[in-house]
This record gives sequence, structure tokens and C-alpha cells, in this order.
Amino acid sequence: MGACGRHSRRMDALVEVSGLTKRYGGTLAVDGVDLTVLPGEVYGFLGPNGAGKTTTLRILTGLIAPTSGSVRVLGGRPGDAGVLGRTGSMIESPAFYPYLSGLDNLRLLAEYAGVSRQRIDEVLELVDLTDRAKDRFSTYSLGMKQRLGVAAALLKDPELVILDEPTNGLDPAGMRDMRRLIRELGTEGRTVLLSSHLLGEVQQICDRVGIINAGRMVAEHHVEELRGEQELVVRAAPREDAQRLLARFGSVHQYDDTLRVQVDPAKAAEVNRTLVEAGIDVSELHTAERALEDIFFELTTAKETTDAG
Amino acid sequence: MLGSYRAEILKLRKRSAVWVLFGAGLVLSLIFGYLLPYLGYATGDDNPQTDGVPRAEILRGMLPARVIDNTIGGYPIFAGALALVLGAIVIGGEYTWGTLKTVLTQRPRRGTILGAQFLALGTMIALWVLGIFAACALCSLGIAAAENGSTTWPGIGDLLQGLAGGWLVLMMWCLAGAVLAVAFRNVALPIGLGVVWILGIETLLAGVVSSLLPSLKWLANVLPGTNAGSLVFGVTGMAAADAPPGVRDAVGGSRALLTLLAYCALFAVLATWTTRRRDVT
Repeated sequence: MGACGRHSRRMDALVEVSGLTKRYGGTLAVDGVDLTVLPGEVYGFLGPNGAGKTTTLRILTGLIAPTSGSVRVLGGRPGDAGVLGRTGSMIESPAFYPYLSGLDNLRLLAEYAGVSRQRIDEVLELVDLTDRAKDRFSTYSLGMKQRLGVAAALLKDPELVILDEPTNGLDPAGMRDMRRLIRELGTEGRTVLLSSHLLGEVQQICDRVGIINAGRMVAEHHVEELRGEQELVVRAAPREDAQRLLARFGSVHQYDDTLRVQVDPAKAAEVNRTLVEAGIDVSELHTAERALEDIFFELTTAKETTDAG
Repeated sequence: MLGSYRAEILKLRKRSAVWVLFGAGLVLSLIFGYLLPYLGYATGDDNPQTDGVPRAEILRGMLPARVIDNTIGGYPIFAGALALVLGAIVIGGEYTWGTLKTVLTQRPRRGTILGAQFLALGTMIALWVLGIFAACALCSLGIAAAENGSTTWPGIGDLLQGLAGGWLVLMMWCLAGAVLAVAFRNVALPIGLGVVWILGIETLLAGVVSSLLPSLKWLANVLPGTNAGSLVFGVTGMAAADAPPGVRDAVGGSRALLTLLAYCALFAVLATWTTRRRDVT
């Protein structure tokens, strides 16, 4: 893409952050972060705990003011009434009034936001909480609280949905449903900015990912771009002989009791034939994409090493 | 603003602590305004409680003509402390539950939300005042009927002036609780500090100033509790000998009114300024 194309994409960006810094006393929580979220995408904001994800999201929702840098959300300043009216968010853990029912909690948020009662029923249905809507929030399980948080985020039928670790506390079925819901939001044309420390989650549901570590963005790419080359996973014996032969095809490294060779998966048959003809027993051979987890640790470790140097 | 106000009213209406505080204020008013005096009256002059006070005088204190005295007599101290707790739990609860971030990420601006909260608290305080007045009015009417006492009511102007004065006293303490809650982002500490101030520190300060440091009387006379007591004294027109604890004529009614209005404005502005400027972490 040329400079002109890149420029027009940035002009269309729903979230555009440049050189964002947030300092708390002597602690630099966010350090020169650049981030762009484009319309209709599910953007994964990935980083370990304490990396600066929540601080960045709080700035995007106007809850805290940046120390420096520029932030534009939906073309306006974070926290402006017009911007908030088009943004739905759940920042950190879902926070509601414990003495009110889930329904009443949504009713009062609807009053603040000027949303119709009908929309409350719709979002409750969407997160599968209709049956428990009249129960007190304090009696909800962690997963139900999380789902109510997502319902509240969707209440305004927002263009931009900001979700901070939305699958926290959910059981496996709940996590699956939540990911499906987030994916659906993306396909409906909404833009989703999702923070997570779960690499697999981001890999499954996001189009693009920004990786933050120690307050700094270390990468921002499409998930596919980040994965890069593909590998073949080989389980063979004797392993040392197999490793020597596989080195002809590409770099080989050992991972548990398998060998991973960076080679075009289309050459799998050729690899297999080479090993078998050399008298090596092949018990497993399949392709493996580089896991985002590996990439994440490569990037964050490289950054730390650079910093230390 | 209307939507935010309706949301705040919903929160207050459904919160049991709000009604428990109202119930405590109501019960205290009835016990000290009617139950104990009536027991004293009914058990005659032999009771030490009425020693030196003629029974007829006790009865007069419970009749409809003195309903405003009994409704707002306890506001500067006891009901004031309850109003401070109300302000602290309503505003401080937003911090302890983390709901402030949920509310602030809706459409309205921070100032609008805080304004709606104060308006809703003012509405709730008005309901408290009217509720306590209604209960006191019923008691005084019942006692008048039982004891063949006079059923003459105060003039409508006096009634309105008394109720408005009582509302202002409670609202001032409620806003004091709110601004402390904003300052400490908490519930317990504002309640502790506020109640200790109302029930102990102010009285202690006034005592020390009058006995040891008369030159600092002006300072004692600008304190919120002193002015709350003076306003109640002014709007009820009760005799100094009949005045309950905290009610006295330290300053004139008009000055007390202006001072309380100034405190209300100061507390509201401080809370709004802090809320608008501060990061919500």
C-alpha cells in the first residue's frame, strides 16, 4: 500500500493514537504508544498483566487524561458526549450496583444514555441473561457479571465496542460463547477493540493485533502477518538422524519430543519420502502454524534484550 | 440531565440503606419529640425527667402548634449526621463499587452526572423532611385529641419556612458527606470523620472558644454546625431553654441562612471540580 493509501486508511480510523504517554508520579504506565483501529475490524490489544492495556483503554474512554500524545476516537476527543454516545465499553471488571437487579442496572444506564427500554431486552437476549435479569447483581456468578458488562457495552448500539479482557472468569463454554459473540459483532460491521492477555483468544477472534509490553507497543500487524512462515512438525526416530536430514529443508529446532522444520508445507510428501528412504521411522508429520504465543514471547523478549543492551 | 436525574432517583429509591437512614431519623424524631416527653407527661411530676418542668408545659411542647420544633429540632446534630452518611454512601459507593467508571462512560458529562446526583439527593432529603413532618403532625394531633389540647397549627408561612430551613440544614450536611466521599474516594472514612466532627469536634471547639479563647468566637460562628443550629433556632422561634442540643442563637437567622447556602455552594463546587479533573482509575 502506498503512502496515499496508508494516509486514507488512517483518516478513516475509528481510533487513532499517536505518541500516547501516561505517567503516574515516577511510573511510566504507557510510553509513546501508537495504535490505529480501522472500521469494522476486531482489533486485539495483547500484552501481559501490567503492560499498560487497561490504562490505554481508560484513556480511550475518557476516564483518565493522557500525560502527552494525541488521541482521537470516532473523530473526537475521548470522553466527549458525542463520542461516548457512540462507544460501548467494559473496562476492567464489570462494575454495577450490587443491590439492583441486572435489569435495573441496565435500566439506569439506559436512562443516562437515552436508550429505549426495548434495547434493554435485546441486549439481555443477546448475552443470554433474560431469565436471570430480575435477580440481584450481587447474586450473579462471575461469568454472568461479565455477560452483563458486555450487555451494558452494547446497550447504546455502539459503532465502537471496547472490551477489556471480556472472557475473564468465564468457564470454557462461556468463553466460547463470548468469543462467538465478539466475532459476530465484527461481522455486523461494528468495530471491536479487545484487550486480552490470552494469546489463543486473540489468535481466534481478531483481525489485527497490537502487542504491548512494559507500556510500549512492540508490534502492530494482521494476525496472519505476525504468524509469518509455517512449519512442519515431525516425530521420527532416531531423532538425531532425522534432525540431520531435515536440516536440508530448513532450520530445525526441537520442541518437546518433536522436531519443527521451517519449510513450505507443500513439501511434506518430499520430507516424508526423504526420511523413510533413509530408514527413519516417521510416526507423525503435519503442518503447524507459528503460534501467536511464540511470536509474542519472541517480540517481548527481543524488546527486553534490546532495552537491557 | 433529566435522564441522569431519573437514573439517580432509581438508584436511591431501590437502595435499602437510604430508607434505613430515613427510618432512623424518623424514629429518633418521634422518640425525642413525642415518646419520651409524653411518658414524662403521663407519669406526672414525680418522674425525675419532668422535675421542675410543669406538665402543662410538656404538653404544649407536643401539640400541633410546636410541630415544626419537633420536626426539625434534631436536624443540626442527629439527623444532620444521618444526612452526612447519606451523602457519603451515595457518592462514596460509586468509588468502592467501581460504578463511577460505568456511569462516566455513558453519554452525559461528569458535571451533569454529579449535578443529577445532588438533585436526586435534594429530592430524597425533601422526602425525609416531609415524611418526618407528617409523622410528627400525626403524633401531635393524636396527643392533642387524647389530652384535649389545642389543635391550632402554625401559619402556612411558618410551616414552609421551618421545613425549608430543615431541608437546607440536612442538605448542607449531605453535601458535606458527598464532598468528603469525593475527596477520599471511599465510604467509611468520610462517615467516620464527618460524624466525629458533627457529634464531637464542633461542640468541643465551641466550648473551648467560649471558655478559653473568646477572641476566636468569630471562628466558632462560621462553623457549619453552629449555623445549622442557629438557622433552626431562627425559623422555629423556640425559647433558648426549650432548645434541643445543637440548637442555639449563636448568630442571626439571616446570617445562618447565607452561611449555609455558602457551604452548600462550596461543597458542590469542590466535589464537581475534583470529579471533573481527576483520573478515574
